[in-house]
Amino acid sequence: MRKFIFLACFISTASLAGGTYVRIPAGEFTSVLKYEDNKGKQKMSAFEMMKQPVTNAEFLAFVKKNPQWQRGKAPKVFAEPKHYLSHWQTPLILGAKVKPQQPVTQVSWFAASAFCEAQNARLPTWNEWEYTAAADAKRRDARSDPAWRESILSWYSKPSNTPIADVGKTPANIYGVQDLNGLVWEWTEDYSAMLVSADNRNQSDPDKSKFCGASALSMEDKENYAVMMRVAMLSSLEAVNSTSNLGFRCARNLP
Amino acid sequence: MKKILFALLFSLACVSQAATPLPGDSVLQIDHVFTSQDAKNFKLVERRGKPQLVAMFYTSCKYICPLIIDSAKGVENSLTPAEKNKLSIMLISMDPARDTPEALMYIVNKRKLDTKRWTLARTDESGVRTIAALLGVRYRLLSDGEFNHTSALIMLDAEGRVVARTETLGNKPDPQFLAAVKKTRAPTGKTKQK
Repeated sequence: MRKFIFLACFISTASLAGGTYVRIPAGEFTSVLKYEDNKGKQKMSAFEMMKQPVTNAEFLAFVKKNPQWQRGKAPKVFAEPKHYLSHWQTPLILGAKVKPQQPVTQVSWFAASAFCEAQNARLPTWNEWEYTAAADAKRRDARSDPAWRESILSWYSKPSNTPIADVGKTPANIYGVQDLNGLVWEWTEDYSAMLVSADNRNQSDPDKSKFCGASALSMEDKENYAVMMRVAMLSSLEAVNSTSNLGFRCARNLP
Repeated sequence: MKKILFALLFSLACVSQAATPLPGDSVLQIDHVFTSQDAKNFKLVERRGKPQLVAMFYTSCKYICPLIIDSAKGVENSLTPAEKNKLSIMLISMDPARDTPEALMYIVNKRKLDTKRWTLARTDESGVRTIAALLGVRYRLLSDGEFNHTSALIMLDAEGRVVARTETLGNKPDPQFLAAVKKTRAPTGKTKQK
């Protein structure tokens, strides 16, 4: 009997391919981003997040169903024609160099949002992403562990011209989510809200009229370079941009 | 038979006229539904054909937002009557939770905005995120209900393409921006569109 249960569990885990969602429980969390109004402390509600980033195969199925998002058809105000899905052989063929199980990259924030909305989901917020990505296999918050930080930073030091691995090759964290660290950068719904602009990054006197309700941002945890690099990278982007190592996954509220 | 054929051809001609696709860089392509202060639903593509001045704001804002309205008024007041008639002004709320059509109408009345020219609009959360991204406006909801946001006036041509943008606010318009507003004509005008 025990064997049978074990087998049943194994099968259900094995069938959790990309596109399946994992429940992330509620909790309290201190974001690396500290604003004057929240000091970094966040109460997180439970939600669901995709176990793995969206793959080329999944995005291909999406553009087949939604021709307005095909390369060459997507309006340039939503996706830069030069970059959007530019690594695929044609708008509807991945080609020999692009593997179906690799995370899709070269997608704009608009395209990523549209993909998620088409399945009644959305992009995760930055807080949701950071909250989930703070976990390792055994702990919900592994961030104070120097070894954990080191492992993330070591990914950053890999040259970016090496081919991107398939999804699902990194160990699952305590929630069962994979690839948050160590595979690609990922869009978040509110990536542009972090307000780390060239103007206020130096923390002196940002142009006051540029930011209404000025609430300065600072970094809670200056040791956490890995997350800070991600914040800096995301806030430098415009929603129309896409890059060769920027993908996404979706999240949704609990039903 | 001939009549039918003629009718068919005629309707085809009409359809193709209406369906001239927007240029790829037009922000009017956003598919979300907007609602004006008089509770009318519309899509931005319906505003095609007239140049418009656009900005984002929210009605409960105490600091910069009144200044955004002042700035748009400043531009309006620097135009000749003829130039004014060619321009629409649209302020889009970034606060879908609180900015109902009634809240928008309150500001229209309080600030004495001429609704022949001015539209205050709201949309859902996803619409706000998308239009903000299209206009390059960054915002974050603060714990006290205020927003932290960048402030900009954006000039769209009749096809919805961004032709000018300024983050200089105040009664006295940014001269370069004002010049761009004056230069932006409706497509029926004699000046050739860019």
